[in-house]
Amino acid sequence: MSSSDPMISIRSVAKSFGPVRAVEAVSMEIAEGEFFSLLGPSGCGKTTLLRMLAGFETPTSGEIFIDDQPMSSVPPHQRPVNMVFQSYAIFPHLNVRANIAYGLRKQKLPKQQQNAMVDEMLELIKLPGYGDRRSHELSGGERQRVALARALIKRPKVLLLDEPLGALDKQLREQMQLELRALQRSVGITFVFVTHDQEEALTMSDRIAVMSKGRCLQIDTPNRLYEAPSNREVAAFIGTINFFDASIKSVNGETANVDAGVLGEVKAPVGDGTFASGMKVLLAIRPEKLSIESKKPKRSAHAVEGVLDAAAYLGERSHYYVRVDGIERPIAVSAQNAHRMLEGIDDQPRPVWLSWSSDSAVILDAK
Amino acid sequence: MSTTTVGTHVTPSNVNRTRDRITAMFLGNEALRGYTLLSPTLVVMAIGILVPFAILLTMSFWTQVAFEFDTTPSLNNYAKALEHPVYETLLWRSIMISGACSIATVLLSYPMAYYVAFHVKRYKMLWIILMTLPFWTSYLLRVFAWKVILGFNGVINSGLKSVGIIEQPMEFLLYSPTAVVITLAHAWAAFAILPIYVSLEKIDRSLLEAATDLGDGPVARFFRITLPLSLPGIIAATLIIFIPTVGDYVTPALLGGPDGIMMANMIQAMFGKVNDWPMGAALSVGMMVTVAVFAITFMFVSRKATEQIG
Repeated sequence: MSSSDPMISIRSVAKSFGPVRAVEAVSMEIAEGEFFSLLGPSGCGKTTLLRMLAGFETPTSGEIFIDDQPMSSVPPHQRPVNMVFQSYAIFPHLNVRANIAYGLRKQKLPKQQQNAMVDEMLELIKLPGYGDRRSHELSGGERQRVALARALIKRPKVLLLDEPLGALDKQLREQMQLELRALQRSVGITFVFVTHDQEEALTMSDRIAVMSKGRCLQIDTPNRLYEAPSNREVAAFIGTINFFDASIKSVNGETANVDAGVLGEVKAPVGDGTFASGMKVLLAIRPEKLSIESKKPKRSAHAVEGVLDAAAYLGERSHYYVRVDGIERPIAVSAQNAHRMLEGIDDQPRPVWLSWSSDSAVILDAK
Repeated sequence: MSTTTVGTHVTPSNVNRTRDRITAMFLGNEALRGYTLLSPTLVVMAIGILVPFAILLTMSFWTQVAFEFDTTPSLNNYAKALEHPVYETLLWRSIMISGACSIATVLLSYPMAYYVAFHVKRYKMLWIILMTLPFWTSYLLRVFAWKVILGFNGVINSGLKSVGIIEQPMEFLLYSPTAVVITLAHAWAAFAILPIYVSLEKIDRSLLEAATDLGDGPVARFFRITLPLSLPGIIAATLIIFIPTVGDYVTPALLGGPDGIMMANMIQAMFGKVNDWPMGAALSVGMMVTVAVFAITFMFVSRKATEQIG
């Protein structure tokens, strides 16, 4: 395989279950050694797509190539992929050692070599000496690691992970996110990671495919997905965002000038789609890109006056909701609590000023 | 208990206090609650099983003298049972026939249970009910039905003869141990299907997918995952069939012929025409002990085997 060829190539793959269309003509390419996430709400088709990669589901149409080989006639037990299941699927009648060595049967290795490989894996997942334990003697996090070792020992070309951290508590999950990422870097195997947790996807992935209702909305790096969403659905799904109705005044390559009503004339980069003068669009700004002050800021490109409607104190930051005349929904603002606020947050209605710099907004198709 | 009759010593507060004490006793003692729940069954079991067993055990130490019992305790019956080879032969035959029947039933039931558990998507209950259909007719009727099927001029023999596969009727079909095994296997099939079905149904489907994902084809997966995980059902089914069939006497009496007579028929004879009740009691106790030893050994071995697979 030449280095430019993708490890996985999904070409207009669709899957229907009877009348239900789970995946609709999805195409994507995943590079070798990439940590690639499929992100979307439940029922968006991400798990179905993953199961088609594993071979447990057959695409209704389209073709999947793994390492340049078409997969349609390859049964799941012969594919160069392994999977970490959401439920971990640790074999209850086998101990940890036998679980990890399960996939080595066909290689017919001498017992010693097999044991050495399992020990190496136990080291890798930081569970040395756990070989004789049974699955019911393991905690959730330990099961997760055993499932990982069991899949990795086969040195697959691609490792598929179906929400593997979903069942863990928050702290353990955050720890496992970092460990999994470090592990992926050290073994260099292509990971395809399914999750509905955007923060998890943003933390771990090289690239993310955002899916919704069986379609793929955008494939991009975490920061581009967040900072430059290409359409309204992605912008709304990843993080929080304020939308303002606007109309195009002039387009200049990657940026455009829009008339955003009470916000005035705003210059911002544009997302996907073709834009022409006079078109109705959405101006989108993330809450943390907005500054909130009690006086009119002197040196900001854009500023608007409003009334503080509500506020919430969240520890390291606070959320404010500001009403601006002429805009229907209150505007969400997120601000770091850079100073100690022993008195609590002042959420009395009072006039405030919002401001932002011209490159922090994005213009999206209104559809 | 809001009203009390004047003149009784029980005042409402007294009643309440007693009631509270009983409630407290129940709440504080989990074992007591357990035994209370069990009590109806315990009473039935005591009257229906323990008492007759005690009588049987006592009687086995007596001796039959003409039409009287000599109640001086002695081990004569047991000595006789060990001396006479006929008892040993019958006991072995009972165990072999019933063992063959258990194995045959489990082998026949497993595919059916497997099919319903893994391949039937809807109406599973309907399938289970259909499989228990043989139980809707009486046991005796089923035995007679097999007599018709297996007989000298029965369905199988005349069928095969008319097709030309055999020239003479096969005589080994009826009045033989084969006939007993076939009939018992059919009669007890539902008892084997249900526990096997339950243990197969309980298997987490993602375990099967995981085995496939790790490189197992369907056959390897069956022997490495499905079979070991359904072993509890197989053990239960084997015991459920072995224990009652080893003591069956209707089927061997009607279909067994001279070579198909089992221990239970001998015991029946002892209590019947031979009229030696103490000897019958001793044979019963001996058989009970043998079956218990077999069942316990089987359970122990299969549990070890399950652990070994791991």
